[in-house]
Amino acid sequence: MMIEQLLDQEQEAIVDVDKLSVTFGSQEVLKDITLKIPPGQTLALLGESGCGKTVLMKSIIGLVKPTVGKIEFDGENINQLTARQLSRMRLRYGFIFQNAALFDSMTIGQNVAFPLRQHGRFSDNQIREMVLSRLSEVGLPDSVVFKKPAELSGGMRKRVGLARALIMNPELIMYDEPTTGLDPIMSDVINELILRTRSRNPVTSIVVTHDMHTARKVADRVVMLIPRQRLDPGENQVIFDGSVKELETCRDRRVQQFVNGEAGERLMEMRANGHDQ
Amino acid sequence: MSTIASNNPKPRLAARITGWFTEWVSDWGELVISSCVALGDFCLFVFSTFRWMFSRIPKGETLWPNFYQVGVSSLPVVALTGTFIGVVLALQSSSQLGHYGLTNQLGGVINLTLVRELGPVLAATMLAGRVGSAMAAELGTMRVTEQIDALSAMGADPIHYLVVPRFLACLLFIPTLTIMADFMGVAGGYFYSNIWLNIDQHYYWTNSAKFVNNFDLFTGILKSLFFGSAISLISCYQGFNCKPGAEGVGKAATSSFVFAFIVILILDLSLGLSLKAVYESWYPGGTY
Repeated sequence: MMIEQLLDQEQEAIVDVDKLSVTFGSQEVLKDITLKIPPGQTLALLGESGCGKTVLMKSIIGLVKPTVGKIEFDGENINQLTARQLSRMRLRYGFIFQNAALFDSMTIGQNVAFPLRQHGRFSDNQIREMVLSRLSEVGLPDSVVFKKPAELSGGMRKRVGLARALIMNPELIMYDEPTTGLDPIMSDVINELILRTRSRNPVTSIVVTHDMHTARKVADRVVMLIPRQRLDPGENQVIFDGSVKELETCRDRRVQQFVNGEAGERLMEMRANGHDQ
Repeated sequence: MSTIASNNPKPRLAARITGWFTEWVSDWGELVISSCVALGDFCLFVFSTFRWMFSRIPKGETLWPNFYQVGVSSLPVVALTGTFIGVVLALQSSSQLGHYGLTNQLGGVINLTLVRELGPVLAATMLAGRVGSAMAAELGTMRVTEQIDALSAMGADPIHYLVVPRFLACLLFIPTLTIMADFMGVAGGYFYSNIWLNIDQHYYWTNSAKFVNNFDLFTGILKSLFFGSAISLISCYQGFNCKPGAEGVGKAATSSFVFAFIVILILDLSLGLSLKAVYESWYPGGTY
């Protein structure tokens, strides 16, 4: 059954990460990461801070160039695309940044309409209708359209970021720590929006998170990374790849520590290594 | 063996000197390599800016705010600086020329200095301080808060969207700022000379016309185009390569001004020498 599933993933993978390594200067953040994501799947990317989750996600969208390895989206190697081809390809992605990354100089309406104005050939009326519809989908009133990002709360900004990412009807949505810094209720609102987005469109999602509640609620599959410094020799950086149920019963001590939010021997390790990992 | 070595101070001193020397060479090597990498990176940045500028004109919504910021908002400060420099030039030169009985030549000295050198350099310095630092800080903040990544993620090229409009604004408007600095400097110098120093306006303007020719005006404007390009490219590059945090943004703003100012001075000297050679080849026997 497992082999069949794997074969199925190989044939259909919309995102295919093959032996990816990313190094910044002398710091090797990712090494030998292989990951295949079939269409429609919601994958939660877990791991402690500094393990390279965001770098992996930014590599998938082509914002970070791999040092070694290749990344394919829908069968196309994104690192071999020209700037224009990559720009066109990115219309098929939606990216929700950790702090929403809304443009300060623009109003909320202009922020949400940005991808439409950049690429689409829509009239002003169509753009206005689409913007209001997307904002309403994420539970924001029409009155926010003329506000600036600085006038909104963190939760509202994240929802604007989601509306902006959804406006081009992307095939792959990437969420970078969507619930970080939000209160429990707003966190769950974001989780509900992720679920609702998936139920409306057969979209593939990658959710980078530290929040186990989010992972349990939204993910079909969980992949856990570990920082390079904590690996045993010869060990792969992906220490877990399976369903949420399998995650709960995984016997790996590091996985269980993360799932249960226990420091264990980490503080001792950090002191021994002389730095805060 | 090790005991003998450790008891002997000479090898230890030699080892320490070797260590210092190795560290010194390694530090300089690192500096040279990182400077070469940064220069190469900057050249690619400039190349990319020019490629985008000629392949697709930016939309009006990105151009107009930058044109306004550079061309309109900078005008008062450039005009004020030009006026004061004209007055100060008149004040300082009058006493010097007075020693030789050449006070009537004051107009020529002030206006030539302004049109050829001080006008373009001052306008560029004000632009680097007022607009260049602001550009570096704004783009640096956008880098730190992932807004530049967001642009890329939405399929917009950050260089086309952010750098090209700023480059065009500086390139197109620095000549007008230079003309404004020249004009206000000439006016300031004239009023001070005429009202305060009682220099006859006939001599003042006749000598100005004798000293300043069209080539001098052309020189000033041409220099300003180079200065404007350098300011915008250096500031945008510093902003794009900003280090994280408030400190990173602050450093980007400061270093953009420092680098831009140094480059303005280097360009001024090299263009001055080149234009002198051009003048002398066009007008044999003429003095530049």
